[in-house]
Order: sequence, then C-alpha cells, then structure tokens
Amino acid sequence: MPLKLALPKGRLQPLLSSWLGGWGLEGYEATSRSYRPSSRLHPQLQLKVFQERDIPIQVAVGNYDLGICGRDWVEELLVRYPQSPLVRVREVGSGGGGLYLASSIFSPLSSASEMAGHPGPLRLVSEYPNLAEAVALRLRLRRFQVFPLWGAAEVYPPETADLVVMASASEDDLRDRGLCPLLPLLPASTCLIAYRPSWEGKDLGEVLAGFPPALQEGALKSGGASTAAGAAFPPGLAVLALPDGHQQPPTLELLRRAGLPADSYSQGERRFLWEGVAVKVLRPQDMPIQVANGNLDLAITGQDWLRDHLCRFPGSPVKEYLALGFGQVKVVAVVGPQTEASSPEELRGAFPVLRVASEYVNLADRYATDKHLGPYRIIPTWGASEAFLPEDADLLIENTQTGRTLARHGLKIIDTLLESSACLIGPRELPPKKRVRVEALVEAFRRGAGG
Amino acid sequence: MERCKGMRDLLPQDMEKFRRLEGVFRDVCRRWGYGEVRTPVLEYLHLFTTAGTLTPGMLSRVYSFLDWDGWSGERVVLRPDGTIPTARLFLSEVGKDPARLFYVENVFSFEETGREARERWQCGVEFIGGPSPQAEGELVSLALEVLVRLGFSATVKLTHQGFLKALLGEVGEDLFPRLLEGEGLSTLQPSRPEMERAMPLLFGTKGTGPGYLKNLKALLLPSFPSLRESLEDFSRVAQLLSGAGIAYEIDMGNGKGFEYYTGVVFQFYIGGERVGGGGRYNNLLPLLGRKDIPAAGLALYLEPLLARMEVSLPRPSVLVVRSPTPRGQGRAFALARELRASGYRVEMECSASPPHFLIEVGNGFTVAGPSGEVVRLPSLKRLLAFLEEMGAVKAGPA
Repeated sequence: MPLKLALPKGRLQPLLSSWLGGWGLEGYEATSRSYRPSSRLHPQLQLKVFQERDIPIQVAVGNYDLGICGRDWVEELLVRYPQSPLVRVREVGSGGGGLYLASSIFSPLSSASEMAGHPGPLRLVSEYPNLAEAVALRLRLRRFQVFPLWGAAEVYPPETADLVVMASASEDDLRDRGLCPLLPLLPASTCLIAYRPSWEGKDLGEVLAGFPPALQEGALKSGGASTAAGAAFPPGLAVLALPDGHQQPPTLELLRRAGLPADSYSQGERRFLWEGVAVKVLRPQDMPIQVANGNLDLAITGQDWLRDHLCRFPGSPVKEYLALGFGQVKVVAVVGPQTEASSPEELRGAFPVLRVASEYVNLADRYATDKHLGPYRIIPTWGASEAFLPEDADLLIENTQTGRTLARHGLKIIDTLLESSACLIGPRELPPKKRVRVEALVEAFRRGAGG
Repeated sequence: MERCKGMRDLLPQDMEKFRRLEGVFRDVCRRWGYGEVRTPVLEYLHLFTTAGTLTPGMLSRVYSFLDWDGWSGERVVLRPDGTIPTARLFLSEVGKDPARLFYVENVFSFEETGREARERWQCGVEFIGGPSPQAEGELVSLALEVLVRLGFSATVKLTHQGFLKALLGEVGEDLFPRLLEGEGLSTLQPSRPEMERAMPLLFGTKGTGPGYLKNLKALLLPSFPSLRESLEDFSRVAQLLSGAGIAYEIDMGNGKGFEYYTGVVFQFYIGGERVGGGGRYNNLLPLLGRKDIPAAGLALYLEPLLARMEVSLPRPSVLVVRSPTPRGQGRAFALARELRASGYRVEMECSASPPHFLIEVGNGFTVAGPSGEVVRLPSLKRLLAFLEEMGAVKAGPA
C-alpha cells in the first residue's frame, strides 16, 4: 500500500520545498499550482498539497499517513478532539513567536485575574476558535462569546472584540499592532504528524529517515500589514468594513468612483478614519456575522458569503443593501473525473456516505439536504478545495469565475448553486443616530456602482 | 441504520422499567412535599461557566453550539447537569424559598470514545432554602425510601467538600481543581509534620458514625482551627442520620464531583456501583445572583438502576379482535373500545403479538381461548364474564 504525505500550501511552502530539496520534488515549488507533487527519491510516496489548516484533519481521519503543518493547527484540532488518532512524530522546525491571547492596548483588561472577574460577555475573536474557547474555560471567564474568523484578528479590538487569540512573531509585534499580550499559548513550530494506526502498523521508516534534521525556519510570518495600531475609534461613528484579498482592487476602484477617500486603503492600512466613518479592512467571509451582531454598520462582501451566513442563521438581521456588480463568481457543485454523475440527482446512492468538501460549509450542508443526497458528511476546507477530489471528497461546493481552474484539474461541474458578486450589506434596522451617515454612504456607493 | 454514537434506545421492556422507577420516585417526592419541574434541554452556555459552577474539565465535554440566533456568538448547550438549570428556574420563576423541587431529566456529556453513554437520565431533587442538617437528612432519607421501594439495598458514603477545600488550603497546594477532576489525594505532600501524621488517618480509615468525626476533631483542631466549621457541620449531619437509623460510611478521600458543592456530599452505592449522589451547594445560588440562599440536592442515576431492575408485574393478556368481513370492521372497533374501557389491552386484527384470546365479531362473538378452546358468546356481558372466568389479566393503570 502506498504511503501518503500531506504537505502545506502557503507560508511554509518555500521553506519546505528547499528543506526537502534532496527528495527531488517536482511540483512543490513556491510558484507551483499542482496539488500532486512527486518525489524522485521516494517514487512510492503519494504527496498532496493542502491548506495548512486542513492537514491535521486529513491525517486524523486517516486519509494521509503523515503530514507537515504548524503545531498551532494540530493543537487547534486536539484541544477539541483529544482522542483524535494523531501522533506528533517530531518537530521539524521552530520559529520565533507563537500563539498569544491578547487584548487591545486601550482595553482595561490587562491580566488573567481581571478577565476572570469580568461579568462579561467578553468577545473573543480568533482563527483558532477551539483554542480560544479552551482558554476562556481555563481562565474561568464567566460569560464569553467566541467569533471564529478567517483572518485579520488584530483589526477587531477594541471596538468589536475584547480579546484575540492569534499568531504573532513576538510580543513586540503584537504591541506594534495595538495589542497587549496577555498570555503566551503556544510557541511557534512546525510538526511532522502521523495517523496513529499508520504509525503503529505501517513501515514508515524509509520516509522518516529521509527527512533532513531540522528546518531552518525564520520568525513566524505575522501576516497582514502592521498598521493596525492606532487610537480606538471615537464612539458614535458609522463603522464600514472593506474587504482584503482579491476584492481589494475592484473595491478601490469603486471608492474612487464614489468619491470616497482611497489612500489609506490602497496603502494596505487596516484601520482608518474618514469623516464620521470608522473603516476596518476585514476578510469578506467574516463580515455578515459582524454586521449581524451590530459590530459593523456596512460592509462590502460577496453575496456567496452572505448566503452562507443566512443558511446558518436564517433569522439573522443582515440584508443586502446594494449589488455592486464586481467580483462575479458562480458557486458550483463539482465532481471528479471518475464520477459518472452529471447531476446531483445521480449522486444519490452512488456513495455509501457522500463526502462533501467546501469552504461554504452552510451552503453545502443546505444543498446536500435540499437535494436529498442521502447520507453525507461535510468536510470544511480552508481553500485549495480542488485538491480534495477525488481521493478525499466525492463532491465539492466551490466558487469559480471562468471554470478554467476546475477544468485544468479534470473536474466536472454538475450544478450551479448560485451566481454571486460583491454587495454592500448592513443590518435590517440602523441605529437612529447613525442612519443619516450610513444612508449617505450607501448613496455614495450607489453612485459609484453606477446605479 | 446506526444510532448516534453514545446514545441509547429504550425498548418497550426498558420503558416499562423506566416508568416504574419514575413512578416510584415521583410518588415518594410528592409525599415528601416536593413539586415537579422540567427545565429546557437547551440552556445558555454562560449559565454553566458563570463563576465556575462546573470545572473546566466538565465544561470541555458539554455539547455546545450556536443556535439560529447564534450570530450573537452566544452558545447554547445540551444541559450537562440538572441542578444548575433548576437553580436558574428557581431564580427566574419561583423565587420564594424554601422550595422543594424534583425532576426526571436527561443530561448530556461528551464521552470521547463513544463507548459509554453520552445521554444519561437522572431523578433529581433540590431543596432550595433547606437548612443543614435537616435538608441533608431529608434528602438521604428520601433517596433511600425510593431505593427500598424499588427493592434495592443501598449503602451511603459521605464526605465533606468544605472540609476537603479547607484541608487542601492547609496543605498549601492548589489541588482542589485536580481533586474535582478525579485525581486521588495520595499525591499530597504536606509541609507541616502534624498534617503529615494525620494523612494516613484521614484517607486510610473510614468512619461509621459521629464518633469518627469527634476523633478527627480531637486530632486536627488544636493544630488546624480552620477545619472546625466544616467538621462541626459534618458532625451535625452525621448525628442526624445516625439518629434516624441510617447507616453510612465516611470516606474522606472521595472528592470527585461538582465544583458547586460546599458541604456534606453523599453518594449511594449498590454492589459497589454508584447509583446516585448529591450534597450541599450553598454557593450556587449566590454565584447565580441571589445571596444567602442555602441549598442541597441529589440525583439518582437511572441507567445503573434500570440495569438492576426486574419488573415482575403481571403481564396483561393480549386480546385480538377481528371481523371476518369488511362490513363488520366497524363493530370490531366498537367492541375493542368497550373492552379497553373495561381495562383490557386490545389489539385489532393486524397484530404483532400472539393473542391470548382471539375474538371474532359476527352474530355474537366467537372466542378462541389460550388452551385452544372455542366458545360462542351472545353478548358483551357474557364475553366480559367469560374473560374474567378465564383469568384474563387487565392492563392496569399507565
């Protein structure tokens, strides 16, 4: 039986590809778009590239014998599922910094005892929701709320979060971002992990012996611009969220057309003020829930993420104010080349338990239910979802602009769930004191969008 | 079809035992003056995190999730415990103490392997505003009465959470959270020699009456006056139970349990297996926002009790009614109604159970009895008389 190793995409990819240089890797260079690299030294080894966060899950469910990823993601899984059959085989490298619990430098919370005595609710935001909850329980917080994030945790405090759990290169780096480190949670390191039954029963010796001694890992990449530091926004301002990532260039263009200031945004700042408006730059996936709980008055996100949020929380007080037209994608159902089905109906009964991988967990869940796909299991992913088909999932719910990437990987679209583009969202009811300002902003965006 | 891991189905024979147990428990509680309540299966998580009512270890095993309003970030849980929701109910709905409340409820706790039950049923009693030692005496007596009526002989073990807390304070180690998670006390390494000498006596011996506690007081109080209050409270409870003729064992080393207990903790065992437990929790209501309301409670665990129960009630006879023609089916239904009103279990023709009496509706009634005899009876009155004569067993009350 072939041995299978999961390798991470992203920040570790250049380091690992050079560290494993002796393996004669093909298809794992930093610029490679392949999900299936190969090794001349270990031709029997099946390699697959995933988002780092997906790797501990893939190893824990037994899809891979070995995996390499940050220890933070291993602990994020194990703190919630301590019985997971994962073995931490060895540390392959350690970087500076690590994972921290932090508050805003403007927050009165500066010690664990102040947190424990706080009547709450204390709002925690994190890309590591399981670790955040475990810390809250360990600190005996009386009442807390955990908001899972896709990223940009440092932008939330002090207005929209009291505490963050986030990775950082150092405590000083946190302070540069306007945060006060309260508790170090984990040192940064990269681990080789194994699926326990593989570790206990398979001969992994040749591959294990083939790993070089240690990875020369630099300080943990802190991610994002370090311009979050700044005074807390004055109260009473309208709060607008603008997207980072792929949506940033068209949003910048929209701001210019709308006659709104674009300098800070174009320079990569994540928190800044316009006249009467506080602006934060966030991940679009995180915006609907932040609007729903009143932390944001307006946000530019994708209709796909709004729909995903509403599938989970049908009574959520978020609505679309304006379709903006750019960033058009389709959310589609996709199968691998070996799957004969050409419609969702033909998937019924084709698999004992249909494995559905998606970044859109709630859309995928609703779709599988509505289409009566039979017994199914949702596999949450954090990107690079195409890699899951066909070995690690049977159906993918994924977004696509042209369909070319899916076709290049030999994947087949069998249904379209929705067509989506960027939109302006806000709460169903605005606070009266902000109404005039928010309506003026909506009007400016309407002009900018040509409506 | 698989059922969800760690969950259990209750079949008709299980439910018969369940209802019998529940019936005895409800009857005893009502006779002691308790009123029945039922709390929701879902509660807010913060009810259980507030001020440390459950240990972090227990909280890490609750089933918690965001419900449809979860955009607020507030989590709900499947209740992991019966006492805290009842305390919440008391504060929000009852308010006036003393209050005697009881419930039969399921509680949920994630068990990692899925081999053990994740849903457990308990018969719980809470005496809110109940003073010590009366409440402890009342609760232990009530629980034993339930167990005796079910045919069990249980042993009672006592410890005192306030004493253990004070003792660990004297030892100087912050061991209490570990103790609550089930860690033994053998790791204690007291810094003072008096305490080191007392340890084997404390944890290596067991008491059977108030005399034991007097001995401990004589040994410990001269050096450790901080233990006085808890030992005296323990003595008052022990005295009352002895006076009521209740036998018990004092086991100081048995500290595993809920963080909210403050005083005497009692546990009930049958054949070495714990079938119930409870104790005094004077801090819980203050932690939830109401000062100075003492309280105590207990729960009997249904699963170990059901496993030991044998229901020996007479099984009701199965009467099956049928009509040879479609036109007669209305009359068959009418006859079945009459027979049920007379107390019999009656099934219609399509029946899963082999009948004791097969009754065909036609011109009068044709009855095939349990020994194969067939009789024709002209009227309902004669049919009822025949069933009685043949010893047909009625279904009895639900």
